[in-house]
Amino acid sequence: MKYALLIHHADAPTPRDPEAWGRLSDEEQKQVYADWQSINETEGVTPGSYLAAPESATTVRVEDGKTLTTDGPFATVKEALGGFLVFEAEDLDAAIELASRIPAARLGGAVEVRPVVE
Amino acid sequence: MTPTLEQTFREEWGRVLANLIGFLGDFELAEEAAQEAFATAAERWLQEGTPDSPRAWLVTTARNRAIDRIRRDRTGAEKLRMLDVPEAAEDEMDTTEIPDERLELIFTCCHPALALDAQVALTLRTLGGLETAEIARAFLVPRETMAKRLVRAKGKIKSAGIPFRVPPAHQFPDRLAAVLGVVYLVFNEGYGGRGELAAEAIRLGRALAGLMPDEPEVHALLALMLITDARSDARFDDGALVLLRDQDRSRWDRDQIAAGKLALDRALALGGRGPYLLQAAIADLHCAGAPDWPQVAALYGELGRHTDSPVVELNRAAAIAEAGDAEAALALVDELDLDGYVYLHSTRGELLHRLDRTADARAAYGRALELVNSDAERRFLESRLAELER
Repeated sequence: MKYALLIHHADAPTPRDPEAWGRLSDEEQKQVYADWQSINETEGVTPGSYLAAPESATTVRVEDGKTLTTDGPFATVKEALGGFLVFEAEDLDAAIELASRIPAARLGGAVEVRPVVE
Repeated sequence: MTPTLEQTFREEWGRVLANLIGFLGDFELAEEAAQEAFATAAERWLQEGTPDSPRAWLVTTARNRAIDRIRRDRTGAEKLRMLDVPEAAEDEMDTTEIPDERLELIFTCCHPALALDAQVALTLRTLGGLETAEIARAFLVPRETMAKRLVRAKGKIKSAGIPFRVPPAHQFPDRLAAVLGVVYLVFNEGYGGRGELAAEAIRLGRALAGLMPDEPEVHALLALMLITDARSDARFDDGALVLLRDQDRSRWDRDQIAAGKLALDRALALGGRGPYLLQAAIADLHCAGAPDWPQVAALYGELGRHTDSPVVELNRAAAIAEAGDAEAALALVDELDLDGYVYLHSTRGELLHRLDRTADARAAYGRALELVNSDAERRFLESRLAELER
């Protein structure tokens, strides 16, 4: 089965927020990079994209043929999607195991595991 | 249906269904096929007698029904190719060819990716063989709600790819705890007044003990349920709650307590020291004419380190009071953050009463009465309060 792992950073520090990122020790920062390297090298993983901060988002709707744009993400900034990857796995247990290795999951964020319809 | 036929059905449902799910890889299809096979059996066995191997008959019939259904189903053409079914499967299979896949079934039903209420409903429906309407009645929700809950859970198992298997060793302890938690939740729902659920939980507990004979906590949970349930008749007198120490022990089910002790011994022999074992040992100590209260308090202390639960601390306090130190017990109770919990206040009332602080005791019982839900408990609290007025 194919799963999308949707990463929500919430309070998890990321390099795009230098202040929060700086609160992690050198060792913790290195661990985050090492974890990502090992995830991207896992068989079945198609590395996804790392999204810029949710504050940079523009949300688009079309009403009566008119395009409306609003500043910011569709969800609240805290709940916004931060990145994603696709994982071809045997079953949900394998996907949950990979999700639990994503640093954001242990640093105050969460990972949503969604099957991809094929 | 004769009682024996009904019994056979209850006993075979879980095994037949588990086998069909393993074979078909689809909960919904397996359940429909099983239902058809059992309905056919109900008609035919009455006329033709029960076959030599009811299980083999049911599995063969259900598999054939499922295969027919897939063939009829135009969109199912692809599924059939995946099935790799031998053409003429009409002959009854040998019982030895039917692996027991109930463990795979229970671990799937109690998968943490399902909501707890769905895990409970699914376990009762599949392994327990309860009808959707029965489960709905037991949990006091409309039948429609329960049916939706079951459909949604089965849909998620399929669409999210929840595996049908016993979890590997590194996941096993956590997943076993989830399974035992579901069974104990069913038991407690039953203990709260719906007796048929307590009996069902014990039936599930027995099945699990047979399926996982080397797991101490499985035997410990069975012991806990057997011993607790054996005293359930004596818990109420004329609709009012009776405390353990005032219970009429002739109303206890001695055989069931003995069966519980046997399961507890087995758990101990397997080296168990988990939360269910501690609770079963406490329940067992309570059966004695003069319980060893310091020992009960010590076991609650150990249980508290497992669960970190203020309710366990409250029970420890009660045991300390029974052991003779109401003062220490009250000090412990007053540290607990459980203001919305009726038993905190009833326990405080009792302790304050023992310490001759009658006005405070009255206030504590009053607060308990504000929080109480069950009539039996209300009547108990009112009688305690009336005693204080004397």
